[in-house]
Amino acid sequence: MARIELNNLAHQYAPGGDYALQPMQHVWEDGGAYALLGPSGCGKTTLLNIISGLLQPSQGRVMFGDRDVTTLPPEQRNIGQVFQFPVIYDTMSVFDNLAFPLRNRKMGEDYVERRVTQIAGMLGLEDVLKRRAKNLTADAKQKISLGRGLVREDVAAVLFDEPLTVIDPHLKWQLRRKLREVHEQLNLTLVYVTHDQTEALTFADKVVVMLAGQVLQVGTPQALFERPEHTFVGYFIGSPGMNFFDCQVDGGEALIEGHRVAVDPAMAQAAGEAGGLLQLGIRPGLIRTAAAGEKGLTVQVENVEDLGDYELVTGYLGSQKLHVRLEESEKIGSDGLEVVFPREHALLYADDRLVGGGK
Amino acid sequence: MDKREYQWAWLMVLPVVLIVAFSAIMPLMTVVNYSVQDIFGPDSRFFVGTEWFKEVLRDPALHGALVRQIIFSAAVLFIQIPLGIGLALCMPKKGIGVSFALVLLALPLLVPWNVVGTIWQVFARPDVGLAGVTLNSLGLDYNYTGDSLDAWFTVLVMDVWHWTSLVILLCYAGLQAIPDAFYQAARIDGASRWAVFRYIELPKLKGVLLIAILLRFIFSFRIYAEPFVLTGGGPGNATTFLSQSLTTMAVGQFDLGPAAAFSLVYFLIILLFSYVFYLTILNMDREG
Repeated sequence: MARIELNNLAHQYAPGGDYALQPMQHVWEDGGAYALLGPSGCGKTTLLNIISGLLQPSQGRVMFGDRDVTTLPPEQRNIGQVFQFPVIYDTMSVFDNLAFPLRNRKMGEDYVERRVTQIAGMLGLEDVLKRRAKNLTADAKQKISLGRGLVREDVAAVLFDEPLTVIDPHLKWQLRRKLREVHEQLNLTLVYVTHDQTEALTFADKVVVMLAGQVLQVGTPQALFERPEHTFVGYFIGSPGMNFFDCQVDGGEALIEGHRVAVDPAMAQAAGEAGGLLQLGIRPGLIRTAAAGEKGLTVQVENVEDLGDYELVTGYLGSQKLHVRLEESEKIGSDGLEVVFPREHALLYADDRLVGGGK
Repeated sequence: MDKREYQWAWLMVLPVVLIVAFSAIMPLMTVVNYSVQDIFGPDSRFFVGTEWFKEVLRDPALHGALVRQIIFSAAVLFIQIPLGIGLALCMPKKGIGVSFALVLLALPLLVPWNVVGTIWQVFARPDVGLAGVTLNSLGLDYNYTGDSLDAWFTVLVMDVWHWTSLVILLCYAGLQAIPDAFYQAARIDGASRWAVFRYIELPKLKGVLLIAILLRFIFSFRIYAEPFVLTGGGPGNATTFLSQSLTTMAVGQFDLGPAAAFSLVYFLIILLFSYVFYLTILNMDREG
């Protein structure tokens, strides 16, 4: 086991072409459960393949602990990888599938037997060890792929490339829970690539959000939700995503088409200094309705969707669209909805980046 | 369910049934009809029962042809299938090399079969043919028109030249269909090149290999035009295979009854072998 460090890493598929990965500096701590989240084509899989050694980065270095593994092939890297579609050896039994990485490394048959039995027990595969891997269900096959990664004791990290794509929805939960269990028992570094925010947020201690080959933010699920450092993070995480409004700052307030919204004074000042395109961001669920007699912002309501335990209001503040999440009990007046943006939840962004400042 | 609804289905397949009936079943029934009669002319024919079948099955000339045929088909499969797989593995996977290799491979398949025979007849001639002259200048006494071993060798090499491409193309398509993830997983698992072939490529090629083996068996078992043009079945009857014996019997000697019986036996042998291959390959998977 080791911490994995990416030193000034970048990748271009063709020399002089576009960067599939922008130069980055990143550390995966030993034993961490990471999710790599981003839309399709943002470079997640490229990054994963560079870590596993399937791809050589065009610049920078990959360090496992103190060892520079940049030029080492995958079989010398002590990495397990689980792919989008289950990869199993059709003609082998489940046992032989799990034993395959050990036998290729010329381990003794006694050891293989013991280790395979142990890993199969952990994954709940002990009853099917004798069966042919080909005839099992997709989720069992994915467990076998995972098992082949875990079976080597020297494995430094297991990488997952959207491993639940072909799994039935009701089994996804089970498999994800299994992954968490395995993580707790073996204390392995896990890196989990996905474009599904629910998967990322429930699986990982830390989520790495990527866009167009760039790491935008690394943080706990809570931090990503409460203080997105980039407008894309705010927009991508949460359902629906964060509201953003073009604005100017004036003293300790933000001006949205003439509407005044109180923000943190330090943040407002920093935003004024930063310049560029200023935006105010707030989560739909953190907007509240104005109390009786309280002065609020008037939202022109366009549409109300009942989503079971809450209602989602789509409307306009001036000419800019917004979403508000309301409790079902809350009523919407005939002349629109009066809302308040609580000061602690209103964040300012300059050119898509969160402006530094107080809470 | 209303049963009447399903009556329509029969009407829908009627055109196909009619076409197949005219193109395959009726000619086949004619052959069956001939095989149980002794025919002297349109108005003088006698029912002879299984007489022709008995005669055909006891004919030593046909036994010889059958043995040669089986040896030929077996040799074809043993050479062309491994060679085809091997060459498919060596093919380029992307780039302009792919189109180049595909065109090159398709060429022998595009040549009409009797032209293949003609090409090799000239190519292998010991007096003017490039291959024949070269072999003789190397000190080998090579003459396919005189020596039966040389004739066999030439017919086999010709068939390998003509048909290995088909096996290569089928295997190449099969190999291209294997997702990259399998190769990547195998690298991570530390698999050797042989293990990748044994546990990934070969199992994934099973389907196309079944087709390749069946096609190569059926084509080689009824081979006619190429050896007919190249050796005419000789020297003696060293390269006379079943279809040529049949042609001689039906068209040369006009023995319609025995030829019909022979055709049916020939057909059943191909059907039987094909079925055995099919079952064997399908069941290979269930063992172990």
